[in-house]
Amino acid sequence: MGLLDQKFENSNVVVTTMDNLLNWARLSSLWQMQFGLACCAIEMMAASASNFDMMRFGVIPRATPRQCDVMIVSGTVTLKMASRIKRLYDQMSEPRYVISMGSCSNCGGPYWEHGYHVLKGVDRIIPVDVYVPGCPPRPEALIEGLIKLQEKIRNESMAKKKAV
Amino acid sequence: MTAQEIYDILKAQFGEAVLEAKLENVADPFIKIAAGAIKEVSVFAKNDERFQFDYLSCLSGVDFKGKLGVTYHLYSMTLRHKIVLKVEVPTDAPNVPSVESIWKTANWHEREAFDLLGINFLEHPDQRRILLPDDWEGHPLRKDYQTPEFYNGMKVPY
Repeated sequence: MGLLDQKFENSNVVVTTMDNLLNWARLSSLWQMQFGLACCAIEMMAASASNFDMMRFGVIPRATPRQCDVMIVSGTVTLKMASRIKRLYDQMSEPRYVISMGSCSNCGGPYWEHGYHVLKGVDRIIPVDVYVPGCPPRPEALIEGLIKLQEKIRNESMAKKKAV
Repeated sequence: MTAQEIYDILKAQFGEAVLEAKLENVADPFIKIAAGAIKEVSVFAKNDERFQFDYLSCLSGVDFKGKLGVTYHLYSMTLRHKIVLKVEVPTDAPNVPSVESIWKTANWHEREAFDLLGINFLEHPDQRRILLPDDWEGHPLRKDYQTPEFYNGMKVPY
């Protein structure tokens, strides 16, 4: 409670809605799946490193899908990899989110015409929450995509079922 | 050793099996070998005192439409000379003897040529796909390859 510490005079009761509390908790600790597919993964690593420090948003890379909240699909999704991505996504516990990073993952990128081995967009196998354009996107772009995802989570409600 | 000297020695040794050569005005001089003789020529090229081609720097497959080719880039670490060997086989019977027993690096290179072009390497110890999934159909770098509509339920074209 570092930020709220010493703010209140008499008691430490905060009144809020359950939605607000859960959404605040979820968007503040989006654990990321630690895997990279292609050159976008280098930018994703740069976003995690000290200059951009994605950990200040609560994004911690985890090595198992069971502990992850967000999957950043960072790079070219080959057909061989696509079935693995589907399986990893299925292994993540809900609520789970997907950021599609870069042109390849969004729509096939430069492989759209002659890439016999490339899936033309990861949204053909798993639902995507945020698309980050770029080839590859700079770390700032990825962080903006992450903030967009946080905004999306902030407006979620337990009353409405998320469309999948 | 110059490409001409290499060609002369091979021609004297193997005669009919050495088909033709382009040795001048080309970045990498090459000698065409009859496909059936490539293994004997390779053994000779590696073990002969004058050649000592101890390094296969690249093995690649080519589709010439109707014919398939395999190209061998040889280099001698000790004598510092190089040569390119080429073989051609008909597309409907693309059988080339494997050189895996001579240069171990040919193992994965030949698997790649098999995977993408469907060249069949005789006596290869482990000829299976290396890049594409095991259940892939066809050989995508062939000129007449048609991209499939679906792969395992996933739509492939844009």
